[in-house]
Amino acid sequence: MTAIVDYGVGNLFSLKSSLRFVGADVTVTGEAEEIRRADRIILPGVGAFGDAAKKLRERGLDAVVTDEARRGKPLLGICLGMQLLFEKSLEFGEHAGLGLLPGTVRPLAEVLPDAYKIPQIGWNALNITMPDCPILKYIREGDCVYFVHSYHAVGCGASLAASAEYGVDVTAAVASGNVYGCQFHPEKSGMVGLNILKAFCEL
Amino acid sequence: MITKRIIPCLDVRNGRVVKGVNFTGLADVSSPVELGRYYSENGADELVFYDITASAEDRALFTDILTEVASTIFIPLTVGGGINSVADFERVLSCGADKVSVNSGALRRPELIGEAAKRYGSQCVVLSCDIKRVDGQFHVYARGGREDTGREAIDWIRRGVDLGAGEVVVNSIDTDGVKGGFDIELLRAVCAAVKVPVVASGGAGSIAHFVELFREIPEVDAGLAASIFHFGEVSIAELKRALDENGIIVRR
Repeated sequence: MTAIVDYGVGNLFSLKSSLRFVGADVTVTGEAEEIRRADRIILPGVGAFGDAAKKLRERGLDAVVTDEARRGKPLLGICLGMQLLFEKSLEFGEHAGLGLLPGTVRPLAEVLPDAYKIPQIGWNALNITMPDCPILKYIREGDCVYFVHSYHAVGCGASLAASAEYGVDVTAAVASGNVYGCQFHPEKSGMVGLNILKAFCEL
Repeated sequence: MITKRIIPCLDVRNGRVVKGVNFTGLADVSSPVELGRYYSENGADELVFYDITASAEDRALFTDILTEVASTIFIPLTVGGGINSVADFERVLSCGADKVSVNSGALRRPELIGEAAKRYGSQCVVLSCDIKRVDGQFHVYARGGREDTGREAIDWIRRGVDLGAGEVVVNSIDTDGVKGGFDIELLRAVCAAVKVPVVASGGAGSIAHFVELFREIPEVDAGLAASIFHFGEVSIAELKRALDENGIIVRR
């Protein structure tokens, strides 16, 4: 069973549908017990970091996700869900993340050359920096995935698994032990994205 | 590098795609689900569905269809048509749409853009504009291009983006249906005015028109078209091959 953590941010319809499509047994839940029972956890998210982190904490789910990840359960953060895995974010002030991965989430606006629009919206090619990354096992260098974001993770060190060129090298995917993250939306990235979800569900 | 997007647009009435299509190999050429899947498997970067029904009953049928499309097709979906309130946003987003396009509803009540952007984020709010030249000025038209609002188009687009629109679809009434190419002059003016993604619409008649669009205006993010794709005059795979050969970066 794969649990999609429902903490009141964003629309989980496509994510649930895409996991079903790859044959995964999936539940969308905000219940701590159900998340603890699941074989793997997906942390989704759209919107602002501070608001999402607050909602996760108010429901006590930050501790559940962190504990389960520290026990070795596969965890995949998607988009804002990936950003939450890091130590902190500088989106509208400074907010603490779950601290499961080293790194900070910062505005793209700080680093992008003038001609680049914010948010980055659209399909961009993956440059794979961790060739043996388990969730990228069906993915080839240069495969395109769909991004929608205005903030990006920096200082990820050895956990960087793939980047995408958007004026600068933007963190696209991260992996460290059983903790994974995608800045892009695998559930909106056609077959490439479905194959990433499939690989995660095989863990 | 981010790629230029190619977006087929489907008008849906009574749960069926209107303006039929003539692909071979499709069992039901008017099924939004089959057509959506066809485009998705053949290189479309995104799909736009316009709900052109009027009655509440048909609207419910549209959301059923949308739910089915969104359960089987995993590329971004934009939905427009009859969006007048945040409740309309909620209705289509809960069926799996990723972006919602506003047009007449925002002209009647511009605050709609801000209300939706605050609730769902700017990336979710697409401002769609039908624009026509009147006495040497670009005017915004409402009600599917039937009514001149008298508003100057570039001012309106700038205002819409300030209010929170995260993307703009520019449909030129002057070039629409003529198949003589996109409205380069208009699109250039819009791209110079705003920093959000701009989607060009109206006038595509051949592959060369897309090449011209992206060459002439590198800031344009996407090209949208309906009939040339639906009637099989241009396949998206062919189009992308040609763009690639012309040094324009696309997803293949």
